[in-house]
Amino acid sequence: MKDDIVARIVANPKYQQLKSTRASFSIIMALLVMVIYYGYILLIAFDKELLAQKLGEGMVTSIGIPMGVGVIVLTVILTNIYVRRANTEFDALNDAIVREEANK
Amino acid sequence: MSHPLLRQMLVLLTGLLAVGVAFGAGADLGQTTKQATNWVAIGMFTAFVALTLWITKWAAGKTKSAADFYTAGGGITGFQNGLAIAGDFMSAASFLGISGLVFANGFDGLIFSIGWLVGWPVLTFLMAERLRNLGKFTFADVAAYRFAQTPIRTFAATGSLVVVAFYMIAQMVGAGQLIKVLFGLEYQYAVIIVGVLMMLYVLFGGMTATTWVQIIKACMLLTGASFMAIAVLWQFDFNPEKLFAKAVEVHAKHDLIMAPGGLIKDPISAISVGLALMFGTAGLPHILMRFFTVPSAKEARKSVGWATTWIGYFYILTFIIGFGAIVLLTQDPGAYYVDGDIAKGLKGGGNMAAVHLANAIGGNAFLGFISAVAFATILAVVAGLTLSGATAVSHDLYATVFKKGQADSASELRVSKITTVCLGILAVFLGIAFEKENVAYMVMLAFAIACSANFPVLFMSVLWKNCTTRGAVAGGSVGLFLSVALTIVSPSVWEAVLHHDKGTALFPYSSPALFSMSAAFFTIWLVSVLDRSKQAEKERAAFPAQQVRSETGIGAVTSASH
Repeated sequence: MKDDIVARIVANPKYQQLKSTRASFSIIMALLVMVIYYGYILLIAFDKELLAQKLGEGMVTSIGIPMGVGVIVLTVILTNIYVRRANTEFDALNDAIVREEANK
Repeated sequence: MSHPLLRQMLVLLTGLLAVGVAFGAGADLGQTTKQATNWVAIGMFTAFVALTLWITKWAAGKTKSAADFYTAGGGITGFQNGLAIAGDFMSAASFLGISGLVFANGFDGLIFSIGWLVGWPVLTFLMAERLRNLGKFTFADVAAYRFAQTPIRTFAATGSLVVVAFYMIAQMVGAGQLIKVLFGLEYQYAVIIVGVLMMLYVLFGGMTATTWVQIIKACMLLTGASFMAIAVLWQFDFNPEKLFAKAVEVHAKHDLIMAPGGLIKDPISAISVGLALMFGTAGLPHILMRFFTVPSAKEARKSVGWATTWIGYFYILTFIIGFGAIVLLTQDPGAYYVDGDIAKGLKGGGNMAAVHLANAIGGNAFLGFISAVAFATILAVVAGLTLSGATAVSHDLYATVFKKGQADSASELRVSKITTVCLGILAVFLGIAFEKENVAYMVMLAFAIACSANFPVLFMSVLWKNCTTRGAVAGGSVGLFLSVALTIVSPSVWEAVLHHDKGTALFPYSSPALFSMSAAFFTIWLVSVLDRSKQAEKERAAFPAQQVRSETGIGAVTSASH
């Protein structure tokens, strides 16, 4: 890649916007996944009784089971939220940058 | 189109299969670990093999250059690649192992499967598009983008091959043991059949054949597991509470299967294992390689989106299947338990829960289907591993380090094919050598190395401006060395494999990741900041250009220029 294209893209405010929006979005999402996962694991490590509690009077299903399935479902949902936003909003911004700078 | 070698190998394989079956049929009487020869299973499996070899023949016609061999020409769609990634990742160990764990302990199986899933979002958020934008064939392309090629490639190829080796041994030994039980075949024949088949796929069909084997396997596995889970839930009016209530009633541990048990011992181990699974996924060479088979970053993201969805869905199914096995297998102990005695455990061992459940649900035909699925699963995973190992040797070591980037496509392709044959033979040899060994630690070790050696180098080279070749190689090597060394002195190897006394292991935790990965990141940082060489200056100056390409994809390899 030519240095002048790099310099022009770095100077393009849209590129700076893309970089910072995407970076903060992916960091927030990664932290969210880590909080959910480690929260669940540490809950198991420190408070097994809480997770063993029954969902309701006379039921056998414990709270830990819907929570665990919830972690799986949330993981899948968060991943797909990221993919959707990156493939629409971020890619549109990206295309605009490429149109402005690379094809000059 | 004719492939005389392919035809000869087919004949050889058919012969082997027949010999193995004959041996198996003669030797299975009186053995509890080996089931009677299952002809339906063998028939289904033969159909799968015929289909995949036919695809391999078609793929062989499309595999003309090194790029075709490594990435299927870059023309796989995001949806297809998502299925292939899922097929690459969902091993027989996770299907039979997790459902077996749920069968034995209930709740704990769920904790385990969650760990295997959380690496995917991390890979998506931090690496997917950057990998696709910077790389061409291997993750070393990405790590070495602005660095001195020889040291970083040598390191990355070593990291890849070590991960592939441990992962492969675990798969081969698992395959031998599993097939012994499922098909009534001798261990050695099972290992040889797996080795020969994966060699055929990779050798002739390269990435195209490997991709389609993985896609077909993923579809078979997801269909079979969905059918089982639906059949189980159907018996309980699709009300999980009723299923759990019955399971608690019949399981020997009763209400304990609804609560966390002994899987998580201490918080340090829990965090360390979690880190290995979370970041190890982003350092597995055979998984990372799949990102280069799609034409753009957009498709790469779609791939992980689909892969995560399928894998998450699959883990929920294994949980239902495990509970279904608890309920349905105890209704007929004579058929599924050793001597008909529930206390003596399942015929063929604890990992057979899903297989027996298939029989309980759909009789011998469905048992045959699920057995064939399990075999296909192993094949798809080892083919992916072999391909990434061969690529590390031919692209990273031969073409870039040895030939300094001057190798032509034909000779590079020849080296990858020779390596494929060598890896196939080595895998069979190791599979047989490790038959009686305890290999349970090997997959965890592969993840520990992936997250301590490959991932930190990849992450820092792409995202940290001041990272240098020296820092990356030093840090990665520290991670590689520590993850192996600490695993050797941990209970899973020191006590379980080397038979030292209980409690003598120097490193008490289940995974070294917390320590080895931190040490790798710290060393990369320290050595990079201290690096005042001319080369380091050049590498730091090259960062903005790398970042522009990794963020925008300008200059990235497209499918047309592959």
